[in-house]
Amino acid sequence: MSAPQASETPKELASPTSAPGRKSLFRRALRSKQAIITGSIILLYVVLGLLANVIPDHTFWEARLDSLNLPFGSETYPLGTDQFGRDILARLLHSINTAFVSALIGVSIALLLGVTFGLIGGYFDRVRTVTEWAFTLIMTFPGILLLILLMPVTKGDYRFTMAIFGVLLSPGIYRIVRNQTIAVSRELYVDAARVSGLTNFRILSRHVLSVVRGPVVVATAFLAGSAINVQSGLAFLGVGSKVIPSFGSMIGDGFRNLYVDPWQYVWPALALGVLNACFVLFGNALRDVLQGKPPKPAKQDVQALAAGFEASDHEPDTSALLEVRDLGIGYEGTDGVVREVVRGVSLTIRDGETVGLVGESGSGKTQTAFGILGVLPTEAQITRGSILLDGKEILGASEGVLKKLRGGTIAYVPQEPMSNLDPVYTVGSQLVEGIIASTGKGRAGAREQALALLDRVGIPDAKRVFDSYPHQISGGMAQRVLIAGAIASRPRVLIADEPTTALDVTVQAEILDLLRDLQSEFGMSIILVTHNFGVVADICERLAVMQKGEIVEAGITKDVFANPQHPYTRMLLDSILDETTVRSDPPSGALATATKEA
Amino acid sequence: MPTAPLLKARDLKVSYPVRGFRKRPIEIVHGVDFEIAAGETYGVVGESGSGKTTIGRAVLGLASVSGGTVEFDGRDISHLSPGERRAMAKDIQVVFQDPYSSLNPALTVGEIIAEPLVVQGSTPKDARRRTLELLDSVGLPSDAADRLPREFSGGQRQRVAIARALAPEPRLIVCDEPVSALDLSTQSKVLDLLLDIQRRTGVAYLFVSHDLAVVRHISHRVGVVYRGEIVEQGPASRVTLAPDHPYTQRLLLAAPVADPIAQEKRRADRIRLRDEQRLREARAGAA
Repeated sequence: MSAPQASETPKELASPTSAPGRKSLFRRALRSKQAIITGSIILLYVVLGLLANVIPDHTFWEARLDSLNLPFGSETYPLGTDQFGRDILARLLHSINTAFVSALIGVSIALLLGVTFGLIGGYFDRVRTVTEWAFTLIMTFPGILLLILLMPVTKGDYRFTMAIFGVLLSPGIYRIVRNQTIAVSRELYVDAARVSGLTNFRILSRHVLSVVRGPVVVATAFLAGSAINVQSGLAFLGVGSKVIPSFGSMIGDGFRNLYVDPWQYVWPALALGVLNACFVLFGNALRDVLQGKPPKPAKQDVQALAAGFEASDHEPDTSALLEVRDLGIGYEGTDGVVREVVRGVSLTIRDGETVGLVGESGSGKTQTAFGILGVLPTEAQITRGSILLDGKEILGASEGVLKKLRGGTIAYVPQEPMSNLDPVYTVGSQLVEGIIASTGKGRAGAREQALALLDRVGIPDAKRVFDSYPHQISGGMAQRVLIAGAIASRPRVLIADEPTTALDVTVQAEILDLLRDLQSEFGMSIILVTHNFGVVADICERLAVMQKGEIVEAGITKDVFANPQHPYTRMLLDSILDETTVRSDPPSGALATATKEA
Repeated sequence: MPTAPLLKARDLKVSYPVRGFRKRPIEIVHGVDFEIAAGETYGVVGESGSGKTTIGRAVLGLASVSGGTVEFDGRDISHLSPGERRAMAKDIQVVFQDPYSSLNPALTVGEIIAEPLVVQGSTPKDARRRTLELLDSVGLPSDAADRLPREFSGGQRQRVAIARALAPEPRLIVCDEPVSALDLSTQSKVLDLLLDIQRRTGVAYLFVSHDLAVVRHISHRVGVVYRGEIVEQGPASRVTLAPDHPYTQRLLLAAPVADPIAQEKRRADRIRLRDEQRLREARAGAA
């Protein structure tokens, strides 16, 4: 199979890629079939409603005693008449108007209250307590009951009822807006806007509202449906004005006349059902458009690929513990084309050595490490290659075999120690869990070993840390805990993915010391994925430099540093700020003031 | 007589409120003193949680000052009203660490850069002209103005953030770890850009970073923050190459050199220093 080359964008100064420009929610919605169909049906309803006084031959209040219960297709009564001799078509079309006016009033009030107070409550910490209480209070009202009880106040006018219902709906909008606003207020660009001298009103309207808009639009579609439902429900119960036609009152009338002519019941029920379904499906479609559909897993049968791998020109390296040959990892783009992010990586690791996998972001170094571990995301596809551990193929091995390998022979130390510990459980219980799984020891034995390991990785008060929750220990401590977990099964290969990047330099130095000590004690091999050449110089005997998914240079660390061959390696080494030159030019202040005044 | 400093912090203390009824705020910065002259770079170096970022935020008015003063051009700016603070926007600007969350993804680069100009009363036409100038001065093509931030790499985004900061021609820019989220090769280019801009415009930097090498590269003077206090400050050459304070010494020797042979020596030095310091602490404890 031919894998197309990944599109290469020069990192710096190059003209940006021609990615799709800004697209409004509306334009994006036009690409969703579901949104188009349901949106069109809703629009059709609106048009029919607007023509309510044009299409039918009769008005909706005209009751003729000479034409009771006329059937479907009668002259001037296309849908027949009801038990009072009223035109069903006319009443149906006017019901549409009632439904949309209900939705409009209910949703407008909900949006007005919810968005306004959501923005205020989300942005101004001090007001939040008040708005929170107010909206929680609204949520405690029993909705329908309240609307019925207030009938004497609203005089049965469904518009007032819907206005009150809008207030009852507002907490839903308030919560969405408040949550989004709190999240956006913490973004640095809002801080930058403050520093730029923007007023709070401008920050809210320009920076916050644009983010809040999408989810609110989606919620609005659902709320519109729910407002129509409630109005219909009340009318069906017979609460409110009998004069205004609505789906609810029509269904109610038809229901009472069910044995005479069931169609009188079917028409309004059908109209209401379709409208409601459209609002819900339209809302769902908008949400999919807004959030993007979850990618569908397309895992390839890697076993077949690995088995078919041609290794004729290759002499198996007997001293190699882990051998990666021509590994390719790709992802399917939105256009259906698989783009490789790792393009034919070959890497040999011998017993007891430390190999650095160096590269900038996007070079594919972490993907390579994940590929070896067999923990690539499900969307990833192994496009080619082979991974031999102790001469045995592990690429495409069954999950059971891999699990055993990962717990035993291969271990992993992640980049973000904190996010790799479950905040709900104590450090100790997580370690014990891992040890039981990987070594098959009993709980007491595992606990003993966990304490010994914590002690071994240089944690001063092992017992205290064992009983601590992750948030109670520092980042450096958390990384020691994870290293303790990784070495529990005495692995032969330790894959450390940027193990010190999230840590302070003083802590980094200690962690590197620890890794070095552990290596000499257990004799394990380490693959260290990093972007930091200082770390490589400190701990790696050999290194491989990755660029755009390929290894461009590999060799003994000292040789590569002294005499880099590939231009990319040379460029990277030249970019390192050297250790001795200090800024020598004086502050340019005096000069600048002079020119500014001139 | 030396000229008056552009920015002067005296016994600056910063506290963050704690959620909950009648909880006492936590003090992050415990009284620091420093000065920045016009056109000078003052580097603030420290580890996570040391309070270095908070110092920058206090100068920007994003964190509330609980004690001491911050003077800008001889005027106390530590407790300004929101309106007065907004007026400071033309003098003090910021470049944040994360070039991803510091640009609003919904606005075009042109709108982002023009925003501070527009709120200060520029006409749209002037703002547009100035935006193009600024894009040019940070080394971005002029067609960048009509694109969205997500179409740019981290380094390019940071250039956009720098252009935004330069827009009102400020006299001080607070740079909060502006290069630490960038790749190595991009990092040195952005630093060079910052140096170049300073030489051209005479803007002063308060440059916050955890990386001693970066601070050494760009700063005239350096202050080392440790647990909310400045434990050592002085000319960059002395503080970053031959520090006096034990913490700065540890910091210097902990950063690995990108040279296997030099790093081996540095590692040995670090371990020797660590043992010495432990011994001294033990003695002090015993005494």
